[in-house]
Amino acid sequence: MLVDGLNRAARRVPTWVVYLALALPAPWFFWLGLTGGLGVEPIKALEHEYGELALKLLIAGLCVTPLRRFAGVNLLKFRRAIGLMAFFYVSAHLLVWLVLDVQLLGQIWADIVKRPYITVGMAAFVLMIPLAATSTNRSIRALGARWRKLHRLTYMVALLGALHFVMLVKGFQLEPLVYMGLVIGLLALRAIPKGRPLRQPVTS
Amino acid sequence: GAMALGAPAMAQEDGALRPNSFEEISSYCNYYEFGTGKGDPSANAHRLTTEPWSVTIDGMVDRPGDYALEDILSQMTIEDRLYRFRCVEAWSMVVPWNGFELADLLELAGVQSGARYAAFETVYRPEEMPGVRRPVLDWPYVEGLRLDEALNPLTIMATGIYGKPLPNQNGAPLRLVVPWKYGFKSIKSVVRITLTDKQPPTAWNKANAREYGFYSNVNPEVDHPRWSQATEREIGGGLFAKRKPTLMFNGYEDEVAALYDGMDLKANF
Repeated sequence: MLVDGLNRAARRVPTWVVYLALALPAPWFFWLGLTGGLGVEPIKALEHEYGELALKLLIAGLCVTPLRRFAGVNLLKFRRAIGLMAFFYVSAHLLVWLVLDVQLLGQIWADIVKRPYITVGMAAFVLMIPLAATSTNRSIRALGARWRKLHRLTYMVALLGALHFVMLVKGFQLEPLVYMGLVIGLLALRAIPKGRPLRQPVTS
Repeated sequence: GAMALGAPAMAQEDGALRPNSFEEISSYCNYYEFGTGKGDPSANAHRLTTEPWSVTIDGMVDRPGDYALEDILSQMTIEDRLYRFRCVEAWSMVVPWNGFELADLLELAGVQSGARYAAFETVYRPEEMPGVRRPVLDWPYVEGLRLDEALNPLTIMATGIYGKPLPNQNGAPLRLVVPWKYGFKSIKSVVRITLTDKQPPTAWNKANAREYGFYSNVNPEVDHPRWSQATEREIGGGLFAKRKPTLMFNGYEDEVAALYDGMDLKANF
């Protein structure tokens, strides 16, 4: 019942609504940063908000397939929006770091090569570029089976993103490990053999 | 106590230091016993009971024992000290502390001639400190100084800021302030000071020896493995705050550089 309701609702919601809803936090957090809503050190706070949103969206994107396979909930039509908005927030996170945080262009490259957690984060960003670039219907048609293969890079991106978070905190902290656990769990679900689906997928 | 402004520590080439606001100082804190977010200490530290308070001074001292805070304060001269505060995370503030010199407190207890280090310990109260339920660090938080660092006139035990009692999130009722070292050396809510002849363990060094050394002097030429220490961002500059160069020994080179004569500061970071 719940599943059918969810699927009906998903069919009714246009994807632009999802793009809009996911885009709104970006100007909202920027506004908060400008007006003191992110505390007395808004630069790190804004960087963190964008980065964490990106990671959440990557995880949300990884949920789409298992939700369909194991729960029969079909959110496939929103997956592109989720993925592209994840790329948008990673880019915003990177821009805040470059322009507001580090500021010195000379130091940026040094940071990327010298500091492993930044190398890992940059690698995740770079791997997302081909994914964002091939997100059009035309690319999907043109690439065929290779598109699916290419977009498995998402798994690596999510792992690197979570690892970046684990590596950057001081001391032993739980939050980044929870993200890492979610990513690993969602990837592990994909390793379950496809023999018998636990539930017949609902018509999509 | 007497208010003494204008100690040499406050002199600065480019004019007077401008203190951060009380609000800034008391809302942006690292005090992991109350949570790892910068706002967690100000949200949670009200749970800490700071009265009554006593400090155990033991080890190589002539008069070991539990010293009640009010007894300590009755014998100390509270001064104003406007100090730069540089966090290892590359942000900084300027804080108008009120406090007394650690040397005066150690004199109360009578440091014995063999003592070479002072070890400090933060209060550990799981029922009042939600952050210690997680093993972020090996609780209780501990710190240490070489005895000559501890006796340096710049080293104070702070009891307040802006003439007000120290907010709990800033380490009430009594905390160490060592202005030429990264902020984590300035241990909060101190309940024990032990004089010893061995270099004491320190909390962040135990957690990650590669990243946090015993000395942890502010040094723009020695990077933290994960970020540069060459520059810092002053709190309070908003979303477009510019970074500024970090000063050797956080600007207290004249006062403390001699403590490290002949030492390799890269190896002893």
